[in-house]
Amino acid sequence: MVHEWALAEAIANYVREYIGEKTALKKLTISLGELQSIDKDILDFALKEIFKSMGITVQELDYEIETAVLKCRKCGHEWELNKSIFGEDVLEAIHFVPEIIHSYFKCPKCSSRDFDVIRGRGIRIVRIEVV
Amino acid sequence: MTYSDDPRLLVIENRLRRVKNIVPIMSSKGGVGKTLIATLMALLSAENGLRTGLFDLDITDPSAHIVLGIDPSKIQPIEEKGVIPPKIHGIKFMTVTYYSQENPIPLRGFEIDNVIRELLAITQWGELDILFIDTPPGLSDESLDVLTYLRNPKPIVVTTPSPLSMKSIEKLLTVLIEQGIDLLGIVENMVLTKTNNNIYSLCKKFNVKYIGRIPYDPEIDKAIGDINSIRNTLFYKYLKEIFKQIKEKLIYDESI
Repeated sequence: MVHEWALAEAIANYVREYIGEKTALKKLTISLGELQSIDKDILDFALKEIFKSMGITVQELDYEIETAVLKCRKCGHEWELNKSIFGEDVLEAIHFVPEIIHSYFKCPKCSSRDFDVIRGRGIRIVRIEVV
Repeated sequence: MTYSDDPRLLVIENRLRRVKNIVPIMSSKGGVGKTLIATLMALLSAENGLRTGLFDLDITDPSAHIVLGIDPSKIQPIEEKGVIPPKIHGIKFMTVTYYSQENPIPLRGFEIDNVIRELLAITQWGELDILFIDTPPGLSDESLDVLTYLRNPKPIVVTTPSPLSMKSIEKLLTVLIEQGIDLLGIVENMVLTKTNNNIYSLCKKFNVKYIGRIPYDPEIDKAIGDINSIRNTLFYKYLKEIFKQIKEKLIYDESI
């Protein structure tokens, strides 16, 4: 099982803490930032398994895909990331640690590596709706 | 995200649950030998039959892999509900270079913190007697993360006899002690003479144990990357004595 499991465990632990004594969720909405290339199906499977083991029921798991947007700190250029320029090895490295993009990518306008990922970095809990 | 908003922080404790001792090698001053001491102490620990891990927390300038003589492009962690660090010379070794390779990794402070959270959240250390942590100089994100995210760290502080280094670690010691951190002690590195007792005085002032000294060894640089050559250096010989004390202390405390 790939590393989505570790992130699913983090989300499930957070939800458990958030809902306290309750054991049923109406809906859990998770944002998946494009940069990290999280496999939605694997994450979904892992979340369902972990929630089941915790005795928490979730009526609906919803995923929002968030486009990766970068902004250069040096020249101010803002752009959407086109991941097709990266090879498999680089995508795999960014998958594990999204900040690694600074090792393989520069601002297309000024070549600075000093840019921010202003949207679409990785996994984020958007909403937790309790029954 | 604030501390409590980040789900990753809730699994860090789980990931380290079966790690008996977390030993960060720290110094607020650069160039005092932290990486060599952290890496070679991990090697000594593994040679002593202890289940040992090493985490290179110098995110923007990792170099423990260079001491160990490995090419990170040829080694990768195993994916298993997270990642399992590969064993190098008997040490479970985790470093960001598995992902950055030898490319530069320039990061802002909040990004460094993000990398540390990510690695701590996904790394499955399993059962360890000691996890050594190589930290970068300064009193910034990495050092603060050690104190914030890791349960009961037992740091070893490294200094040289230089007044610049000593003045610098006074600030680090102040921060550690005011947070109630249980230090293993201070190691004095690159010692040229035995006449200076300034670090003893510093230990006394902060009520911290003086673990020992390592003489300046001009040969150590030539041995970096070759573990067999490192084992024949004066540096390693002295570090062996220091490790022996650390081990005895942890045995005495019944923590290994």
